[in-house]
Amino acid sequence: MSKDVAIIGVGQSYFTREYPGSIRELAFDAWREAAQDAGITAKDISASVICSAPEYDAQRSPAGVISEYLGFVPAPTFAIESVCSSSTSGLRAAYSMVKAGLHDIVAVVGFQKMSEITSADSQERMGRGSDIQWESPFGTMMPGYYASHAQAHFKQYGSTERDLAMIRAKSTKYGALNDRAVYRKVVTVEECLAKPVVTSPLKVFDCCGNADGSSCVIVANADRAKELCKKPVWFMGLGSGSASVTLTGRSNCYGLTAAMKAAQDAYAMAGITAQDVKVAEVHDCFTIAELMAYEALGFAELGKGVELVREGQNEIGGKIPVNVDGGLLSKGHPIGATGGSQVRTIVLQLRDEAGPMQVPGQPEIGLVHNVGGVGLYANVTILGR
Amino acid sequence: MSFKKFGRKSFASQTKVDAFIDYLEKGEVRGTQCKSCGTKFFPPRADCDQCLSNDMDWFKIEGVGTLVTYTKQGFAPTGFEKDVPYTTAMAIFDGVQIFGRLDGSIPDDEVAIGMNVGVRTLQYDDGQLSYEFIKA
Ligand SMILES: [Zn+2]
Repeated sequence: MSKDVAIIGVGQSYFTREYPGSIRELAFDAWREAAQDAGITAKDISASVICSAPEYDAQRSPAGVISEYLGFVPAPTFAIESVCSSSTSGLRAAYSMVKAGLHDIVAVVGFQKMSEITSADSQERMGRGSDIQWESPFGTMMPGYYASHAQAHFKQYGSTERDLAMIRAKSTKYGALNDRAVYRKVVTVEECLAKPVVTSPLKVFDCCGNADGSSCVIVANADRAKELCKKPVWFMGLGSGSASVTLTGRSNCYGLTAAMKAAQDAYAMAGITAQDVKVAEVHDCFTIAELMAYEALGFAELGKGVELVREGQNEIGGKIPVNVDGGLLSKGHPIGATGGSQVRTIVLQLRDEAGPMQVPGQPEIGLVHNVGGVGLYANVTILGR
Repeated sequence: MSFKKFGRKSFASQTKVDAFIDYLEKGEVRGTQCKSCGTKFFPPRADCDQCLSNDMDWFKIEGVGTLVTYTKQGFAPTGFEKDVPYTTAMAIFDGVQIFGRLDGSIPDDEVAIGMNVGVRTLQYDDGQLSYEFIKA
């Protein structure tokens, strides 16, 4: 492993239905924890990357406001957006800047205050989430696209509604252990199956909830990492990809090709295979998304993801523990903050500091899979210690 | 501005392929085909990303296709509430994938991936133009 760029601090706010403060204060919660974790102050930040999905922000161009409130001025700052994968896209930019020698320490701050807009405004924005020229005029919405992938996956591979319910039940088991999660109740497979259908075949518990939240990841070069940090976590591989926005441009609907490309590139850069990954955070905005992630990442062969679910190999003690912090399904999904929160979980796991969620055996390699839109953008990040 | 007439609710008004609307008015769903390299596009495009040409023909979507995937939506974004529930779907006709809605009168238990479908144009009460997949 080339130890040249590290993560030296991580933080996240509580994920909550309605944050009782402004976006700058929300962002500060994550920064405070990350700064204390890294043992640095705002003066150490040489640049910042601010990540959010702007359709939820009342503030135009929030990077400036956030950077000012966190005390980063006069360090350069800018925004990066790829909807739900914004903060790992920001992480990719931070890695590049540090690796290039432009900056020694970069803060990646992700946030979303989804309660900033009314639910009517949210419903209106929901209608513009796909290609507005060709697909939105039919009344499409995000859950519908993932549901269409579930239908296709069921047909192609024989996965079932029960498999999806098992993924949610697992998520709630770990979400109950995570004090930052918005959903803390344990629910059974039968309870998941009994919930009303949102868009067939997805039911209420197959979908993650909206949340307000923030995350912060501090990226540093090797010299600063060794100077400041007892347990730096190193970047091993970064992969990233895209797919067509319109469903009509996709080669199939039972997998996300952008995530497959991102995974291949990340594994190639890291020089490892899926079997080397000991703990993973995958983008489970919907249960079907987690199932497709197992296959995109090579944790299971194509069509065999359900075996991990049915055998419980996706849990602590199994072959590949996935989303043992509750995932998006239980933590909640504050869009711009989500990727950074996933990264925080893996960093804590690799440092053996994940508390009741810790995967035993001191995992050496962890992976983050963060997807924007319905597989429109994908980032896979492999970290090691 | 004629593109404002596309779909239950349109979000776009200006496009170089607004002849798509003229064809819908004539009862046809058409995509574009690059005159220079022959690549077919649906949704229609004004510019070919393969050879950079902007010289396009219009080809008709017709015959029997198959259903690729679908979902019956119990919720809708703003402007679509009164249609709930409705089924959005994708079908493939002679290698060309089309996204749209499925005829709401088909019973749920008859809807399946792989089923044969055709496409027909439709006009809503308010004059908006669209198309849907029907059983074939
Ligand atoms: Zn061409």
